Amino acid sequence: MTDFLLELLCEEMPARMQVKASDDLARLFAEALAGAGLKAERIDSFVTPRRLALIARGLPLETAAVSEEHKGPRTSAPAQALEGFLRKTGLRQDQLEDRDGVWFAVVEKPGRATADVLAQAIPAIVRAFPWPKSMRWGTASQTTESLRWVRPLQGIVALLGDMIVDVEVDDIRSGNVTRGHRFHHPDPVTIAGPDAYVDALRGARVIADHHERMAIIAAKAGEAAAAHGLTLVEDKGLVAENAGLTEWPVPLLGDFDPDFLEVPPEVIQLTLRTNQKYFVLRDASGKLAPAFVCTANIEAIDGGAAIVAGNRKVLAARLSDARFFWEQDKKTPLAEHAKKLERITFHEKLGTVADKVERVAKLARWLVDEGIVTDKKSLPFRGGVGVGTVDDVDAVPASLASPTPGPSPEGEGSRLADLAEQAARLCKADLVTEMVGEFPELQGIMGGYYARAQGLPDAVADAIRDHYKPVGQGDDVPTAPVTVAVSLADKLDTITQFFAIDLPPTGSKDPFALRRSALGVMSLIQSNGLRFSIRSAIVRMIFFRVIAEAHAPYDAIAQQIKDAGDKLAPTELLEELARSFSKTGIAIIKQAKPELLDKSWVILQSILDFFADRLKVQQREAGVRHDLIDAVFALGGEDDLVRLLARVKALQAFVETAEGANLLAGYKRAANILKKEGASPSTSVIPAPSSVIPAQAGTQGASRDSGEDGEMGSRLRGNDGDVGDAAHLGYDAEPAEVALIAALEEAEPRAKSAIAAEDFAGAMAALASLRAPIDAFFETVTVKDPDPAKRTARLALLARMRDAVHGVADFSRIEG
Amino acid sequence: MAAQPAPLSFQDLILTLHAYWSRQGCVILQPYDMNVGAGTFHPATTLRALGPDAWNAAYVQPSRRPTDGRYGENPNRLQHYYQYQVIMKPSPPDLQDLYLGSLREIGIDPLLHDIRFVEDDWESPTLGAWGLGWEVWCDGMEVTQFTYFQQMGGYDCKPVAGELTYGLERLAMYIQGVDSVYDLRFNDAGVTYGDVFLENERQMSKWNFEIADTDKLFRWFKDAEAECQASIAADVPLAAFEQAILASHTFNLLQARGVISVQERASYMGRVRDMAKGSCAAWMQKNGWAA
Repeated sequence: MTDFLLELLCEEMPARMQVKASDDLARLFAEALAGAGLKAERIDSFVTPRRLALIARGLPLETAAVSEEHKGPRTSAPAQALEGFLRKTGLRQDQLEDRDGVWFAVVEKPGRATADVLAQAIPAIVRAFPWPKSMRWGTASQTTESLRWVRPLQGIVALLGDMIVDVEVDDIRSGNVTRGHRFHHPDPVTIAGPDAYVDALRGARVIADHHERMAIIAAKAGEAAAAHGLTLVEDKGLVAENAGLTEWPVPLLGDFDPDFLEVPPEVIQLTLRTNQKYFVLRDASGKLAPAFVCTANIEAIDGGAAIVAGNRKVLAARLSDARFFWEQDKKTPLAEHAKKLERITFHEKLGTVADKVERVAKLARWLVDEGIVTDKKSLPFRGGVGVGTVDDVDAVPASLASPTPGPSPEGEGSRLADLAEQAARLCKADLVTEMVGEFPELQGIMGGYYARAQGLPDAVADAIRDHYKPVGQGDDVPTAPVTVAVSLADKLDTITQFFAIDLPPTGSKDPFALRRSALGVMSLIQSNGLRFSIRSAIVRMIFFRVIAEAHAPYDAIAQQIKDAGDKLAPTELLEELARSFSKTGIAIIKQAKPELLDKSWVILQSILDFFADRLKVQQREAGVRHDLIDAVFALGGEDDLVRLLARVKALQAFVETAEGANLLAGYKRAANILKKEGASPSTSVIPAPSSVIPAQAGTQGASRDSGEDGEMGSRLRGNDGDVGDAAHLGYDAEPAEVALIAALEEAEPRAKSAIAAEDFAGAMAALASLRAPIDAFFETVTVKDPDPAKRTARLALLARMRDAVHGVADFSRIEG
Repeated sequence: MAAQPAPLSFQDLILTLHAYWSRQGCVILQPYDMNVGAGTFHPATTLRALGPDAWNAAYVQPSRRPTDGRYGENPNRLQHYYQYQVIMKPSPPDLQDLYLGSLREIGIDPLLHDIRFVEDDWESPTLGAWGLGWEVWCDGMEVTQFTYFQQMGGYDCKPVAGELTYGLERLAMYIQGVDSVYDLRFNDAGVTYGDVFLENERQMSKWNFEIADTDKLFRWFKDAEAECQASIAADVPLAAFEQAILASHTFNLLQARGVISVQERASYMGRVRDMAKGSCAAWMQKNGWAA
């Protein structure tokens, strides 16, 4: 057993690639060993800006001998067959074995020297190394076939024990000599063997281990800060980056003019961190301190004084620029900046950012005007669905749980709408400021600062600052109403627009981050308990688009709508549009561009499917059982996310109780019998499993137009109106049969009104009362009675029970 | 600069680099006599980067960036400044060491100052060129762009050239320890950089931003484009490339005048790229080099 050292020395590798490269090297090396039947006991990896290295511990000196057996032709086969077999195996006939009339060749393969295996494997690994970007260099690059590496490769150390493994890649020949630190020890360093590697480098001022350098940087930077009564803002990414830029890291503390602190702290932090790779510091009170820690790569002969002085100067120049931008940008009102958005393309097919802002402003205003986003205090429904528990939903009085909340009080609502529109019109203005040009990641944040500095209302400044939120999971979800309106409008617009030009996410590709936008929309709705139909908001966005494509100015259309009367019969989309706006408006569009309406309908469907899909993913990730999600989605007809999720939550709680489990068992038994008997599948379950919207026209409309007494209510009455009703039975019913009918009579209206009040736990409790009667029914009543009348009636009764359950969820989708 | 009792003047900085790179076998050229945005546009880099022949050259190149003009009021930004350009083809194996040697020569001791090679991939869409390399940091300040050219004019570089671009004013400000470019000692006889260039910055900023006649600029662009095509057809690629340079600078002036919209911008850049690539293609062909 022995150890093997491999070091690949090159010019400075990008910091961000080093750790992955180190992992790749270990993996490729292990694979190459495995291919030759070798395995190291352990592989230790090292990486610095200039070297990738590994030490494979405990390698055998040679591979194991192998005996290979090849089956040949029958001994009776023609001579050509035997000759072919001898050629293939390279043996003579007297070396073959005759086993029961079949020739066998047994080839003894002796073990190979591990050094030979390595000498063969290493050039192959180097040539095929998976760098994200690689290059050619030097004389060898006369041809494009020359070796490619991330930066010029300068040397290879390959030592099996103390023996050099002879390797040559292009002009680079392996040896036992490397280089030390570029400045402290530029001379050759001879490595005696794998065990001597780390210490030999340390002697040459190189810390070979990435993690050790990280630890040194974190510790010494912290000490430097503490020595000045400051604390380091922890930043693991920056520690790793600095470890990737240094072989001998030396953190040094410097300060900057406190006057710069008048610039927003985010700007200072980005300047320090992104531009200069400095650590940020805080004082005892937690405020940004006018100081920084840089990480030098040398132990400077003057203790670092010149380095700190130089870095201070660079930082001062950068902060001067930042302060200049800050002061310049502030001088111009945001509304003036916003005018320049006409020059910025949002997407080549979607016009300018100014166009987007216009749409977002209208939608944000609409969200408030419709009472969807209201001032918190007057929110009609604040059940913490998605963040709270089922109990929150239970606690909501039925009278407040209206699916379409009315507009908020006139004055307050219109002021809120004004603020939302104002914020929306200004929310992208900072994109044309100098500061955001310099630091694109400060979009929104700078706009917020500029708005406040220019005396705009806090609600507007906050909305500009936060309207990109939530960015991904775990980010704060806005709750201030103006922010919610703008954020929601911005995201809905982005999703609708990209779907409208047929650029939805596909597979792993989501170049416009539409999935993230959808998640943002859902989080905003759930966290704020917003009660509205996503469908109607999207219809509205599509409506804007239809107008835009019809090349008709919005105001002109609006005027025509006012002038004309209602004349045309609406189609499906027309109906939707009409509900949101006016039938006349649709009529005018229909006359102008009828084909756009067909296209719009397809777009609407695909967006709603997309939301359904995202919601399922989100709920699954939140740990909700997928079968329960499916069971609720199978109902269709629901695009009020708050209500939909309340139902899922209640269902999850219910099926985990004994009552729920038993009801489910009873339900399944009934469903099985119905299935076996070929009873028609329930017609009340709408077969639109992947869609939040109903496949059946009018479902959504029905429940909305007539309030709570819509689809759900009629569903609970059963399919055929009078089946399963004891009074209509043409025979003497069994007691259990009568009891079940009575239980249904009692449970159905209770469940119905509970559902109407969005008290889904209550609805399920009502259904749970069916459990004992259904058990008794199965024990004492024969469904498959020879009498066709009894049989039909009993099947109808079971169907009625099933349908009652389906009022809450499609239990057939629930597992267990 | 504690270790350097007499930091180099601006002109001595240039002379020192000239002497150093001359010793390394470079041809010391004078600036190209046209308005360019960067030293890379000099045919001694762009065109010489193509083809198999060895080529080592160093030169100062005044660089014009009309949009960076600040009427002489910003201590760090200029519409006209100097780049020191070195190109070595094929890239020598010790190019990094040669470069560090030049820093020592101008008074930067790498055991006193923190020199770092920080990843920076270079790309010039208008030249159809890209390369990998670094920005070199000295105590946190970028002082040099270091690039191994991989492609030029859309052609693979065979062999690869190494290119160094020093920002001379920055380097001089650092070495001399001054905060404003105009305070740089140009020589050791009392002349400052401001004495030489401040009025130039004021007038040229005004012309770039306010005076330049945009109708003429649009016309010049078109004329240069036509002349470039004609020159390619007449098999004089060096002349064609000069027209590409002219068009590129004219486009920069139009940008400074703010008369090119976002949509038009991409199209103009594409036209400059076509001129540059066409010139490179003609140059390859003229020399009988295969792609």
